[in-house]
Amino acid sequence: MNPSVDALRATFGPAIGRALESCGDTIVYVGREALLDVMAWLRDTPGHTYDYLVDVTAVEYRDRERPLEVVYSLRSLARRADLRVKVELDSQGDLTVDSVVPLWRGADWLEREVFDMFGITFRGHPDLRRILMWETYAEGYPLRKDFPLRGRFSRAEQVRQALGARPEAHYSLEELSIADAYDDLPGDMKERLRRGERGTLPDAE
Amino acid sequence: MSTRTVELELATPGVDAQGQPLRVPLGAAEPDLAAEHMLINIGPQHPATHGVLRLVVELDGETVVRVIPHVGYLHSGFEKLGEYRHYNQIIPLTDRTDYLSPMANNVGFALAAEKLMGIAITPRCTVLRVIACEMSRIISHMVWLGTTSIDLGAFTPFLWAFQERERIYDLQEMWTGARLTTSVTRVGGMMADVPDDFVEGLRHFTRTFPKTLSEIDRVLTRNAVWVGRTQGVGVLTAAEATNHSLSGPMLRASGVAYDVRKDKPYLDYETYDFDVVVGEHGDVYDRYLVRLEECSQSNRILAQALDRLPDGPINIADPRVILPPKSRAMNDMEAMIYHFKQVMEGVKAPVGEAYVGIENPKGELGTYLVSDGTAKPVRWRIRPPSFINLSVLPRMAAGHLLSDLIAINASVDIVMGEVDR
Repeated sequence: MNPSVDALRATFGPAIGRALESCGDTIVYVGREALLDVMAWLRDTPGHTYDYLVDVTAVEYRDRERPLEVVYSLRSLARRADLRVKVELDSQGDLTVDSVVPLWRGADWLEREVFDMFGITFRGHPDLRRILMWETYAEGYPLRKDFPLRGRFSRAEQVRQALGARPEAHYSLEELSIADAYDDLPGDMKERLRRGERGTLPDAE
Repeated sequence: MSTRTVELELATPGVDAQGQPLRVPLGAAEPDLAAEHMLINIGPQHPATHGVLRLVVELDGETVVRVIPHVGYLHSGFEKLGEYRHYNQIIPLTDRTDYLSPMANNVGFALAAEKLMGIAITPRCTVLRVIACEMSRIISHMVWLGTTSIDLGAFTPFLWAFQERERIYDLQEMWTGARLTTSVTRVGGMMADVPDDFVEGLRHFTRTFPKTLSEIDRVLTRNAVWVGRTQGVGVLTAAEATNHSLSGPMLRASGVAYDVRKDKPYLDYETYDFDVVVGEHGDVYDRYLVRLEECSQSNRILAQALDRLPDGPINIADPRVILPPKSRAMNDMEAMIYHFKQVMEGVKAPVGEAYVGIENPKGELGTYLVSDGTAKPVRWRIRPPSFINLSVLPRMAAGHLLSDLIAINASVDIVMGEVDR
């Protein structure tokens, strides 16, 4: 068992849940409220210094009773030590955890992917948008177990939507605002954007 | 009829009498171009984006202010598919993630599945897998070198690099029957042993490959154009590279001596004699040097692996994991039952989870498997090195020229099959 687990328990007490070992890797469960504090402690405390975030992902089990897990793989490059931290979320309840982007910039796209695939919201993420699926994707979250393998919509509906998408609407409003291009857009495109065809206007009522 | 002066007839348009260029006003008031930022869309179909990557670039003149990458055009849902497949059925999917190093991906997945099931592979299989990984590294780095040199205007190294890649592909085809979709590993062993003349062919390659490397080195390393285009471009410090979770040559070019083969050894890499190549400045030039030198280190490992390649079986003896030979399955009742159970039910893994990271050409390829005791994983997660390496592109490119953006993007060494999965 990784010695960091006992040190965590001594520091944070009840916020640290069970710890177990699987195939030689140590896994420790952390309460969702304490996550950011625990992660900052793990990164900065001498003797632990998990300065490298290997991966952020999530797991949903086939057993519907089991909660969703957000999995953080941490590594200390200097000590060559690994630790896996998990946060459990009730799949029927509020799927929100704090973002670790302030600690590791590398979490940026990884958390976006978890949001995209599982629908878990990361509080404090600077730019939480879908990343692999397109922004108007309306079928849900593909890696959830209640998502069918072939998608929610029929193939005909998927084709209809793909053909109906306007290429010029493939810029987000944020990107259009870069060049003040929004003001120059034709009226019908402005109207479509205002209707929310690509996300929401920042200043729309 | 009005008369015209001779000077006007002979004057070169746009040049005054002293030969200085004339400034011709456009319309009544010339627009102030410097104050306006321009929005440029690069890709998804653009040769310099190395696949279906789309970059929306905000430009101030020719200077990049902001880059917004869009990925996902090649998303195939491999991780979702894996939840509906037996462990051995997932291996063909791993070919199609990082399709420039398919054999290394096969090895990464097999290692994770074996860790989950507690399987120890045979000595011959271990060495064959090392050969597979290092052959993949050379292929991937050769493709990177060739395409990057084309991006920066050097055509010759591209031809040399692809010729070397072709020689490795021939060997790979000899072994697996495929150039791209190799599927060379199985849980507990390999799909096939190497053919008779493979070892001699690879030995010939390891003897002749360094010559090409030194030719590429001679043509690029001290080339004024190459140096001018790459040095000081896209710089990342060691602290930034670590904080951004970079891995592979991207991390090492910034001066962090982290190589999974040395620091968390798998496949007995600790017993091979090779150096971890570390850069100093973290710019595009250092990434080039790191990758070039890694090719010759891979060549060293290949030579050592060939020297020590032991005889013996490639598969473990457990009939619950490895299919019996066809002749036995046809004639022996017990073997037929094992064959039937494996094909119909698959190999069952115990409850638990395993993460294995291997040093792929692009960086650390992680495979994270969660099992609930059935023959299909609950979760198969690929830690995609080039996805994570690409996420730092906006930070590297800001403030550089548009032409440098191409060099920086090339230096990340992305492969969109893996970024999008």
